[in-house]
Amino acid sequence: MSKTFGEVTAVNGVSLEIRRGEFFSILGPSGCGKTTTLRLLAGFEQPDPDGGEIRLLGRLVNDERPYQRGIAMVFQNYALFPHLNVERNVAFGLEQRRRPPAEIAERVGRALAMVRLDPATYRRRMPAQLSGGQRQRVALARALVLEPEILLLDEPLGAIDLQLRKEMQLELKALNEQLGTTFVYVTHDQEEALTMSDRIAVMEHARVAQLGTPAEIYESPRTAFVARFIGASNFVAGTATRRSGAHWEVSRSGGGVFRVPEHPAVRQGGEVRIAVRPEWMDLWRPGEVPPAENSLGGAVREVIYRGETIHVLVGLPDGEDLTVALRNEGQLSKPLPWRRGDAVAVGWLPEDCQVLEEG
Amino acid sequence: MSGPRRRLLAWLQRRPAARAWSLLGPGMLWLVLFFLVPLLIMAAYSLMPRGTYGGVQPGFTLQHYRRFFDPLYLAILQRTLVWSLVCTAVCLLLGYPVAYLVARAGRWRAALLFLVVLPFWTSFLVRTFAMIFLLRDSGLVNTVLLRLGLIDAPLTLLYTPFAVLLGLVYGFLPFMILPIYASLEKLDPTLLEAAETLGATPLAGFRRITLPLSLPGVVAGCFLVFIPAMGSFLTSDLLGGAKQLMIGNLIQNQFAAARNWPFGSAASFVVTALVLVAVTVYLRVRDRAVEGTG
Repeated sequence: MSKTFGEVTAVNGVSLEIRRGEFFSILGPSGCGKTTTLRLLAGFEQPDPDGGEIRLLGRLVNDERPYQRGIAMVFQNYALFPHLNVERNVAFGLEQRRRPPAEIAERVGRALAMVRLDPATYRRRMPAQLSGGQRQRVALARALVLEPEILLLDEPLGAIDLQLRKEMQLELKALNEQLGTTFVYVTHDQEEALTMSDRIAVMEHARVAQLGTPAEIYESPRTAFVARFIGASNFVAGTATRRSGAHWEVSRSGGGVFRVPEHPAVRQGGEVRIAVRPEWMDLWRPGEVPPAENSLGGAVREVIYRGETIHVLVGLPDGEDLTVALRNEGQLSKPLPWRRGDAVAVGWLPEDCQVLEEG
Repeated sequence: MSGPRRRLLAWLQRRPAARAWSLLGPGMLWLVLFFLVPLLIMAAYSLMPRGTYGGVQPGFTLQHYRRFFDPLYLAILQRTLVWSLVCTAVCLLLGYPVAYLVARAGRWRAALLFLVVLPFWTSFLVRTFAMIFLLRDSGLVNTVLLRLGLIDAPLTLLYTPFAVLLGLVYGFLPFMILPIYASLEKLDPTLLEAAETLGATPLAGFRRITLPLSLPGVVAGCFLVFIPAMGSFLTSDLLGGAKQLMIGNLIQNQFAAARNWPFGSAASFVVTALVLVAVTVYLRVRDRAVEGTG
């Protein structure tokens, strides 16, 4: 589907099939069209006249208003009704559907319990009397109480602090599995998307850059954009010189040779660009890299202590940097042998090269 | 910065109470001198016997208040109340849609707001006179209707309750529109989107979200129209003629033509008390209603 606002194409030929019951994330930087995609699903925006079809559970919904689509949504700013207490907020959708009062009370109680808000304590509170995390839970209960087939979430955890956010991520994932509801989750936080999703669509400039499972996205990014946006990556470029067995030998533009696995994008004499995750690289003394691994020589430029890992920045002779992430095994008891200025070799397996298709 | 000025600022910095008084003082002084003192003088006058040639004589009497409860004056009071309420209701019915439209007008918003306040650029008196030219027998309305052949003889529009109401509504409509606009403009549009995803049609969203959240603006607008309408005399004087006296005309007459200051004061206090009672009752009822829905 496509959506244009005046001169701006917010969503350009995005085609997605979201499976029933899955936790599907749309991930991308701000302005990439992910929120517009969600709003198209919700029905707040209509696709361009020739902009394609939106089907929910097989039903063509292009012309249906949001209230006809039977989807539920959790908004970035929660959008709780400030003049209604927690109970009335959660009951809103059921009241619109004219459910009997006894059923409403029962389901509201269950929904609040589901998001772990004690009904007895919070029922009568007004939204202004709740913390950010509690508002988030009320917004979730208000959407889930309708037992929707599809729940749309627009960066719902953006405004709450890190600790609570991690907790909520796990809770959302658990709710998705427990209820069988399809979750469509928009976020710019790659870690969040990796943690919760069954599948992720990474968006860039109004298009889907890559669609896949978290492991596919992280371990086999198709473009430099995806490799850079999801986690950190080292980029190495060169020219494919010759084929040896299942590998191509690539001569690096700034000096050195490395091998990459066979890949449709690699041709004799063609430009090759690869990404390698810092944690898949290792450091050796010069000349000690195992023969099965690629090896590039350089000098330690910086050692950065990050807690879980230690990043060693290695400057190559042509001025480029590689980042190698080493597991921190305790600097007080087993300090790393590398100091600034040491001559080192960076080693990695050819299989860990992610061959990029473009840019 | 000069030395004394710096010392004064430093002194104010150290004394929050002095700082507060220096900001509040001038306004309070003004209110005490030109609002509270005259009010007390009027309160005293309303309880003193009338002087032979205007003014008052020493003494104490309740006769002016008693006189007010004469059926003649009560009829004027009733007319004033009814007209003020009708004027408020008409302003609300006309003003709410306008405020709603302006709040949603996007880039036209500033221009529309400008049009709403435009009438304030000329005096109320001039605008009311202009209404006479519209409504009189040979006025614009009658001329057009006659030319179009819709009527055979001029309609009597001027000096009727209709003319007074028209003038009141015309004069006070912006006071209804502006506070309602202010409360609608604050409304977060995602609340309505949320209501829609919960199954509310646009109409249900308006009824359950927009309307309750704009209620503070509606209440403010109603007060801003009802209270001055209760005290107005210019409109009924010019457009209503002598037959359509409002309580404001009565008070004005007592102070000016009749030179009966004590009775004018008493009538003023009765109206003030009435407005206060109405406002208090209304606020009580509303608070209870809000608690009920909350």
